[in-house]
Amino acid sequence: MTREPVAVVGIGQTRHAAARRDVSIAGLVREAARRALDDAALTWSDIDAVVIGKAPDFFEGVMTPEHYLADALGAVGKPLLRVHTAGSVGGSTALVAADLVAARVHRTVLTLAFEKQSESNAMWGLSLPVPFQQPLLAGAGGFFAPHVRAYMRRTGAPDGVGSLVAYKDRRNALKNPYAHLHEHDITLEKVRTSPMLWDPIRYSETCPSSDGACAMVLTDRAGAARAPYPPAWLHGGAMRSEPTLFAGKDFVSPRAGKDCAADVYHQAGITDPRREIDAVEMYVPFSWYEPMWLENLGFAAEGEGWKLTEAGVTALDGDLPVNPSGGVLSTNPIGASGMLRFAEAALQVRGRAGEHQVAGARKALGHAYGGGAQFFSMWLVAAEPPTT
Amino acid sequence: MTHARRDVAIVAFAQTDHRHRTDGLSEVETLMPVLHDALGQAGLAARDIDFTCSGSSDYLAGRAFSFTMALDGVGAWPPIAESHVETDGAWALYEAWVKILTGAADTALVYAFGTSSAGDIRDVLTRQLDPYYLAPLWPDPVALAALQARALIDAGDTDERALAGIAARSRAAAAPGAAVPQRHCGTGPRAGQPRGNDGRAAWIAETVAARSADAKGTVRGSRAADDYVVAPLRARDCPPIGDGAAAVVLAAGDTARRIHDRPAWIRGIDHRIEAHALGVRDLTESPSTRLAATRAGAFDAPVDTAELHAPFTSQEVVLRKALRLGDDVTVNPSGGALAANPVMATGLIRLGEAAARIHRGASDRALAHATAGPCLQQNLVAVLEGETR
Repeated sequence: MTREPVAVVGIGQTRHAAARRDVSIAGLVREAARRALDDAALTWSDIDAVVIGKAPDFFEGVMTPEHYLADALGAVGKPLLRVHTAGSVGGSTALVAADLVAARVHRTVLTLAFEKQSESNAMWGLSLPVPFQQPLLAGAGGFFAPHVRAYMRRTGAPDGVGSLVAYKDRRNALKNPYAHLHEHDITLEKVRTSPMLWDPIRYSETCPSSDGACAMVLTDRAGAARAPYPPAWLHGGAMRSEPTLFAGKDFVSPRAGKDCAADVYHQAGITDPRREIDAVEMYVPFSWYEPMWLENLGFAAEGEGWKLTEAGVTALDGDLPVNPSGGVLSTNPIGASGMLRFAEAALQVRGRAGEHQVAGARKALGHAYGGGAQFFSMWLVAAEPPTT
Repeated sequence: MTHARRDVAIVAFAQTDHRHRTDGLSEVETLMPVLHDALGQAGLAARDIDFTCSGSSDYLAGRAFSFTMALDGVGAWPPIAESHVETDGAWALYEAWVKILTGAADTALVYAFGTSSAGDIRDVLTRQLDPYYLAPLWPDPVALAALQARALIDAGDTDERALAGIAARSRAAAAPGAAVPQRHCGTGPRAGQPRGNDGRAAWIAETVAARSADAKGTVRGSRAADDYVVAPLRARDCPPIGDGAAAVVLAAGDTARRIHDRPAWIRGIDHRIEAHALGVRDLTESPSTRLAATRAGAFDAPVDTAELHAPFTSQEVVLRKALRLGDDVTVNPSGGALAANPVMATGLIRLGEAAARIHRGASDRALAHATAGPCLQQNLVAVLEGETR
């Protein structure tokens, strides 16, 4: 029994903004879906099934919004499957869609993820009510800041590394017309002196709250042969989960992340990720997570991730560009943020990333995580089809 | 046709006693016994499971990420390959079935849970409607189902007497002694909490009644079964409010044969969605059910049993028509959603109940159906078979 090779032939995303008051939720998802179809030179009738993901329904105040969105997504009469795996959902959704093609259940699948955070207040949506959480733990930053501090203490990383990441990502975003934040006057000094929000995380080192959506068209070999632009080929994809809290959990470098990456590399035949992977789109909602994930994903030895960042290795013109799109630090429609990572990785190997293209990128990793650093989804895409 | 390219079977099914309220029980406490029961039936440990997938809704729990803590019930350490759908667990089963078809997994654990009692379920379910045009009017699921029932009666498809018959048959099927429960299939009367009360427990009859329910879930002071809730639907036409959970184990090929001497093979499974706006749908028909059934191969050969996810009596009428079920088919021998309705698990339970009948030799070819969205907007159909003995 062989899996059908899976190709990404269409990618679309919305213009992202703090509040897209010009469109309804349906209008938002349709904007991304329409662009993905155009990229693949397909129409709604070419789509066999739709797989949709988003983070908690409370972010918009609509329960199971996929029911209301069936019409806007051209899904009437088709299978429509809804995925929710917290912040990793954009990645998981793409993987569920890829499985439909790989298993030959469907030939061409539209996958889409979105968040319209302006419909409610995401920080309080993320803050569970008492008695499920202690009363002062507000927002994701409050949850993750202690783990950043633990990383700094464990590795001896100097204080300024986080600011370097934010400065790099926000400048990369200037080359990405879809990015939410375009801070033309940004300087490293401004990042370093921005207000402290959750010590050690400063205001300019946090992700914004965005409205936005991302869509991809996944198809089989025959579909890829008809595509107008070069496809990105899936070489490996995996999800891993571990409990939120338990004695012995390593919040700095969770085992679920390591296992997930190892599974993907094994599927893709990658033995030396640092040398073999040309670009990485990783989920970095707070700047310090770049060095932390560099270690968790096997790009650097334990305790060494911050040195890559500090040496400029992860810059757009560096040896291992990380988040050439500007990443989550520049655009964060939560449910879509993971799919944006997957899609941006695919854009890189298709050579269609525009101004933020990494020259000669042939293999790229898309990474997403969610919950209490407990849910992970990743895929590795390449310019060449898989050989096995 | 969406037929299986790899043999996949349901090899174990477990569910809770479904209760009106489970105050003080966490998701983990609700789930643990069910997960252990299902794994125990399959003779598997959590570490033997290649893929885990669950279904639930934050809107029932009243808080974001309600599924993350439920993962503790599985014991996800070392880390597991796992995913979650924000809808009925029947769709989690579908995702797990696809995963096994890819060859990336040979076994899967699927579970679902719902705590309908945490809020007012009639109000909560209005939040799944179009947020701009429909939700602001707060039309609740009983009112929408009543529109559907009225359309069916006006079309001559049913009448109130026939609906009463469906209610009586469903509740009798769930009454103590009506089914033949077996240790390994977790079916029968367990589904019918409270048991055989001909609709006095009806969902909808009472938020008030649920509040006065005693610890065993027996309802006092509730509306009489033949009182209208929203005409033409009477209390007995509506499902009970229920909290509960269910779990299913899937296995491929020889693994399934090793686990169970009569696996319930998934011969086909498909799901389809319709337009959301009720005004553009003919509520007396269910074209998505018909299409899903066709794609699942339901019409290729007769089925002897059908487990239908019809929370309202009138919806069974729609589904019987869409699925062309004759009187020779045993419909909802478990009592169906009219006997127990832990929202988000009810559809998965239909698949489990159908499989359990095959497991114990009471069925050779069964159809299982699950629904989601208002007035049967989205429908899933699976065809299960036992091997010829």
